[in-house]
Amino acid sequence: MMDGFGPSLAFWVLAAITLVAAGGVMVSRNLLHAVLFLILTFVGVAGFFVLLSADFIAMAQVIIYVGAIAVLVLFAVLLTPRSSRDNSETRWAAPGILLAVCLAAIFLFVVHDTAWRTVDAAPANLSAASLGRALLSTWVVPFEIASVLLTAALVGAIMLTRSPEEEAEDALA
Amino acid sequence: MTPFLTSDRWYDIRDLGNLSSAILEALDKVLPFEVVYILAAVIGFVASFLLFVLPSQLFVGVYGERRLIGRMQSRLGPNRVGPFGLLQPIADAIKLIQKEALTPTQADRAVMYVAPILFVMPAVLLWAVIPFGEHMVIADIPVSLMYFLAVSSLPVIATFMAGWSANNKYSLFGAMRIVSMVISYESPLVLTLLGAVVLTGTISLSGMVAWADEFNIWVVFVQPLALVIYFICVSAELNRTPVDIAEAESEIVAGYLTEYSGMKWGLFYGMDIGYALAASGFITTVFLGGWTFFGLEAWIPGWLIFIAKTYLIYFLFIWTRGTLPRLRADQLMAFAWKFLLPLGVFNLLIVSTERMLWFEQDYAKGLVYVFAAVNIALSAVLVYVWARFNGYRPERTPTRPRLVKQAGGYIPVGERS
Amino acid sequence: MTPGLEHFLTVGALLFCLGLAISLSKRNAIGVLMGVELMLNAVNLTLIAFSRFTVSPNPIAGHTFVVFILTVAAAEAAVALALAVAVYRNRETVDVDRLNLLRS
Repeated sequence: MMDGFGPSLAFWVLAAITLVAAGGVMVSRNLLHAVLFLILTFVGVAGFFVLLSADFIAMAQVIIYVGAIAVLVLFAVLLTPRSSRDNSETRWAAPGILLAVCLAAIFLFVVHDTAWRTVDAAPANLSAASLGRALLSTWVVPFEIASVLLTAALVGAIMLTRSPEEEAEDALA
Repeated sequence: MTPFLTSDRWYDIRDLGNLSSAILEALDKVLPFEVVYILAAVIGFVASFLLFVLPSQLFVGVYGERRLIGRMQSRLGPNRVGPFGLLQPIADAIKLIQKEALTPTQADRAVMYVAPILFVMPAVLLWAVIPFGEHMVIADIPVSLMYFLAVSSLPVIATFMAGWSANNKYSLFGAMRIVSMVISYESPLVLTLLGAVVLTGTISLSGMVAWADEFNIWVVFVQPLALVIYFICVSAELNRTPVDIAEAESEIVAGYLTEYSGMKWGLFYGMDIGYALAASGFITTVFLGGWTFFGLEAWIPGWLIFIAKTYLIYFLFIWTRGTLPRLRADQLMAFAWKFLLPLGVFNLLIVSTERMLWFEQDYAKGLVYVFAAVNIALSAVLVYVWARFNGYRPERTPTRPRLVKQAGGYIPVGERS
Repeated sequence: MTPGLEHFLTVGALLFCLGLAISLSKRNAIGVLMGVELMLNAVNLTLIAFSRFTVSPNPIAGHTFVVFILTVAAAEAAVALALAVAVYRNRETVDVDRLNLLRS
């Protein structure tokens, strides 16, 4: 169902939004502007997921990336005030960018040189219900490990950000 | 007896969907699919906007809210412009449009300009998935509950942009508070909605309404605790008054709104009401059975039932706003993490157990009423026990003048303890 | 032109390389983290595109992998930002050029 005018237009608009916003993260000098561009990129990728008939993943992408991760990044930017709010490059920027450009060339060569065996119609069982069934039957062990990982990250983040005053209070109690 | 006002074709006020579906079916034979699709979206949007959003925003929202709060606070409220002051919202809008939109010199102009626009967009998008009546939903997608959650997490970014770009320390305080509030209140909110999802077994809002219709019970009776927690969380996320620490006038001027003026401020103010109305519609759909009313929807248009329920929930928002005092920021944070989150986890545990039992009984229809009775009792006990465990005590009406005594003042003999 | 698998893979590859360039070249630790999040997003896009377009007996596997990547990304962001805040508290900077206490 990827033919027709609508999906093509949606693809090109979303590609433009996503890549321009990602470029904005790279070039904007202000860290807060970079975060806002990052949020736009996340929304664009969510649009791609809708286009690829992954509704649940698209909504989860918006909830997790825009609603949680971007808000966390904003919070971290606010909590580190005096560390210059600028978004400039390190002294080692040039080799890094060169590496990225070379990698992009390799990726593009592989993508366009390989003869992919593709289907045009979307597979039938890409719904949220079948995703849930797969997560709780075939992939149940990774699912449980992921929940343990989340708990560990939660506890770790709380322990890392405790201030010395709070620890002194706890030692007294 | 055949229900009054029923016919199977479209000159019928019972279901506006009949009218639009007749038009669309006729057009589908002559026009290509895309045009009909866009027309259907436009018809649905215009109908829902004219019927519901505009009168809600202007009259029930602005006017009703101010009149009711005035009533609760023993004053009159707006009563000069037009009959009973009904034209006051329009006068306000004209005044706001005339005002100059100021921008501070040190502000981040682009971000400050974009923020109100970004704040308005999700408020309109939210209505896309809420079913007004039997076929009256603009986009009936299978993950509409997730869609609602995803879109309602967007305005936080806009309010943060507003607070940060003004380059004012009170605005920045407001932005910081709203970010921390949203992080804290998002988790109990999602946990309680998960309870409703586990019970009904669907994440489609139309599916939830169909569940309520099939089992003749609303989710709120089986999940009373979930509705209470969701209501508190959503009023915290929307900055409604008992928990509006992000724009607390007495602490940080007006929070992220400090530097806004004119229609930019008006957009924020109006869309606050829009979000509260959308949240009321969502609560109606998920917890109160949407457009169904135990069979009454055969006699009364479904969308009227939906609107009545939505306004009832919105009245609850106004009521809490008019009567409760504002809480402190640290109190709110502790309340979210120590009280609401554990209660949400307990609630999820209970409802999952019940769902397993129900599954083993092959979804017997009577069992859900037993669950409802058990859950109402269990919720009351759970709230009481957890509040006691946390050290919250019910505050009786203070008959003894404690403050006067602490300050060393005179207490009449009869009132001394 | 109808978008096919190659188009989505191209967007994913470009997004990944932009993320890599950002995370290698930014001075602010939070900027580095933003690059990492962009790379994870690009990988998600690629996985979803493969699960939509390729012939597979079990196309939902790509979606499950994306769910796990979302989980890991959330955990990673929480811990990394907590680290940034902790480092800022001790050193008053999150500039990766100046975090060189271990240099002799």
